[in-house]
Amino acid sequence: MPPFLFWTFALLMLIFGGAVIVNRNPVASALSLVVSFLGLAALFMSLDAYFVGIIQVLVYAGAVMVLFLFIIMLLNLRAEEERQINWLTAAGGIAVALILLIQIFFVVGRFRDARQTFPPLARSTTDDVWNIGALLFSNYNLPFQIIGILVLIATIGVVLLSRREPR
Amino acid sequence: MITLGDYLIVSGTLFAIGFAGVMLRRNLIIVLMSLELMLNAANLSLVAFSRFRVQPDGLPDYNAQVFVFFIITVAAAEVAVGLAILVALFRARQTTDVKDISSLKF
Repeated sequence: MPPFLFWTFALLMLIFGGAVIVNRNPVASALSLVVSFLGLAALFMSLDAYFVGIIQVLVYAGAVMVLFLFIIMLLNLRAEEERQINWLTAAGGIAVALILLIQIFFVVGRFRDARQTFPPLARSTTDDVWNIGALLFSNYNLPFQIIGILVLIATIGVVLLSRREPR
Repeated sequence: MITLGDYLIVSGTLFAIGFAGVMLRRNLIIVLMSLELMLNAANLSLVAFSRFRVQPDGLPDYNAQVFVFFIITVAAAEVAVGLAILVALFRARQTTDVKDISSLKF
C-alpha cells in the first residue's frame, strides 16, 4: 500500500476515534465509531488480511453498531447536560492516558524490528480465508468449540438479563 | 516505505484514545465504545505482526489472524452482555451515568 493511503486511513481512524470520546451526543459518537472501524478495516486490508478486514466491517460496522444505535434510541438518550466538570479528575485522566501514549512511543522507538519494512509475500494471497479456516478446524479446534459455548452462554445471559421480573 | 513501527504507533495511539475515553467519560455507552476501540487497537498490532512474520512458505503468520478472529467473537459477545446490563440498569435507575451508580462504593 502506498504511504499516502496508509496515512490517510490511519488519520481518518484516529480523528474519528477521538470524535467518539469528544462528542456529547451518543448518536454522533456511535456514527464516528463506524467511520473509525471502516478506516481500521482498510488498514487490515493493507496488511493482506482480507478476511479480518471483511469480518471487521460485517461484525463491527454491521452488527455491533446497530446494537449500539438501537440501545441509544431505545433508551432515548439525549446529549448529556453540561455538568460541573471536575477539572482535577479530568486532568488526572488525561495525564494517565498521555503517560501511556509516551510509554508506547518509547517502547516502539526502542524496538529494533520496528524500523524494518514488511517483507514481501511469496505470492499475492487472496486465499487467506482457506488458510485461517484450516488452522481454525485443526490446531484451534478446541478453542473454537469453547468460543461456541461462550457465545451460547452470552445469548442465554442476555435473554435472562433483559427479561422482566415475573410478579 | 511504511514500517512495522508506523502500524504499532497508530495502534498505540488508538489504544490511548480508547483508554482516555474509559477514564474521562461518564456515560456508560461511551465507555463501552471506548472499550471496543482498545480491543481493535490490539487487533491492529496483532495483524501487523502477522504480516511482518512471513513464514518460510511465503505466507503471513495466520496464527495471529485466528487470534484476532477469537478476539472479535468475544468482543461481540461482550458488547451484547454489556448492553443488556445497561438496559437492565436503566430500567432500575433511569440513568446511564457512572456517577449516579455508586451503591457499591465504599
